[in-house]
Amino acid sequence: MSRLPAGREKFTRRTAAPVTQATDGERYVAIVATSTLPASQQAVRSSIGLKLLMAGSGLIFVGYVLLHAYGNLMVLGGADTFNNYAHHLRTFGQPMLPYGGLLWIVRVVLLASLVLHAYSAFTLWGRANGARSTKYAVKKNVAASLSSRTMRFGGVALLLFVIFHILHLTTHTITPQGKQPTPYDNVVNSFDKWWLVLIYALAVIALAFHLTHGVWSASQTLGLTNTATSRARAKIAGHFVGALVATAFLIPPLAILFGIVD
Amino acid sequence: MNLTLKIWRQDGPKARGELVTYQVADISPDMSFLEMLDVLNERLNAEGKEPVAFDSDCREGICGMCGLMISGEAHGPEKTTTCQLHMRSFKDGETITIEPWRADAFPIIRDLVVDRSAFDRIIQAGGFISVNTGSAPDAEAILVPKPNADRAFVAAECIGCGACVAACPNASGMLFMGAKVTHLGELPQGQPERAMRVQAMVATHDGAGFGGCTNIGECSHACPKGIPLDVISTLNADLRKAKSGRF
Repeated sequence: MSRLPAGREKFTRRTAAPVTQATDGERYVAIVATSTLPASQQAVRSSIGLKLLMAGSGLIFVGYVLLHAYGNLMVLGGADTFNNYAHHLRTFGQPMLPYGGLLWIVRVVLLASLVLHAYSAFTLWGRANGARSTKYAVKKNVAASLSSRTMRFGGVALLLFVIFHILHLTTHTITPQGKQPTPYDNVVNSFDKWWLVLIYALAVIALAFHLTHGVWSASQTLGLTNTATSRARAKIAGHFVGALVATAFLIPPLAILFGIVD
Repeated sequence: MNLTLKIWRQDGPKARGELVTYQVADISPDMSFLEMLDVLNERLNAEGKEPVAFDSDCREGICGMCGLMISGEAHGPEKTTTCQLHMRSFKDGETITIEPWRADAFPIIRDLVVDRSAFDRIIQAGGFISVNTGSAPDAEAILVPKPNADRAFVAAECIGCGACVAACPNASGMLFMGAKVTHLGELPQGQPERAMRVQAMVATHDGAGFGGCTNIGECSHACPKGIPLDVISTLNADLRKAKSGRF
């Protein structure tokens, strides 16, 4: 009891017995049992709390990449369809939103999600390294899937790709395609270069791996997989989302590279 | 069978350890893994050398005392405890690397023996139900639906051997913790302290230096009792509900 910080030790009028609470939550108190929770450990954000942050922000990304991949498919409709789509993204919600308002809302939400996702990932990564400072001489991965084992470095690769992608097609800081008049020209004159398609294709494959484990892992972290059936479903959902997003993202650049769209 | 063993030798908690190579000959395939180590230790004793320290107790696969990392797999290649692993699972002439559980939360005491009292502290923090002594009700006085009883029983099979931590790439203790949270959370007697239990156990787990779960599944695969991964889902859900006051 003495180790608990001030304010966490209370006395009820009814029993006059010390009531100890594990957290700030007011609803449940243990009258018989005293928590052995050291005060120093309460200040640290719990590993499951960090996982929940990662799962929640990850699901925002899942929703975003699905919409982004769908939007990219507009390029198959030709210059007018794609340019209209790009324009409509900016006029969406007018006059209640200013020009480009929706895009800025999305950007702020994505940036916030990215900060939370990366913060929780790097914190947990650091804790995991600290949890086994001496490695095994021999260690086999017998149950781990490839997608689960590539989450961390794959995530870093995706972060680097996102930076490149924004510099390429959002800010036009990196312009292998040269200066182009319309969004359609920007896309088509980028992906007629094989090496640019290769960079994007590798990133999309990394994303597919990340989503395959990520969707399942988020379901588990959110506590939605309490049975063998729901676990199997979450894994199938992960594979489905990974494959769907990868396919939808790969179609436009490959169609441009092979001259189906020009 | 003739085998080459590479065994982690470490004189004490602070001492530097190293893998030492031993040859053992004429090992019966019907010996358990620990009996094979007993044979080695008898020889080391006869030669006046320090025997290899390792944990074991019941040797029936139910106490959770034994546990070795055998060629990179917790409890070796079979889904059982080290004491119930037999030498027929290995090939004649094979080289076997034997290491202790590696986790900073399980400091090495000597050779292959680790201190797993971090698990005890997690249980002490919340892995219990409170009852008044002297008036224990009949066990069957409160009805428990069959599916809940079954799931509680599966989770209660955990023997606390630590193989989940040893096999986890993050050295996380969440399968162990999830098993206890699920075991008590499925039963009526576990409800009053449910919110406090999960928060206290998770905080103690994190404070002991275990890593976080990344839902990879090595733990469940290594578990000699086959505790399924869904206990971690229940653990996560319980913590989320406890934090948001929804119990």
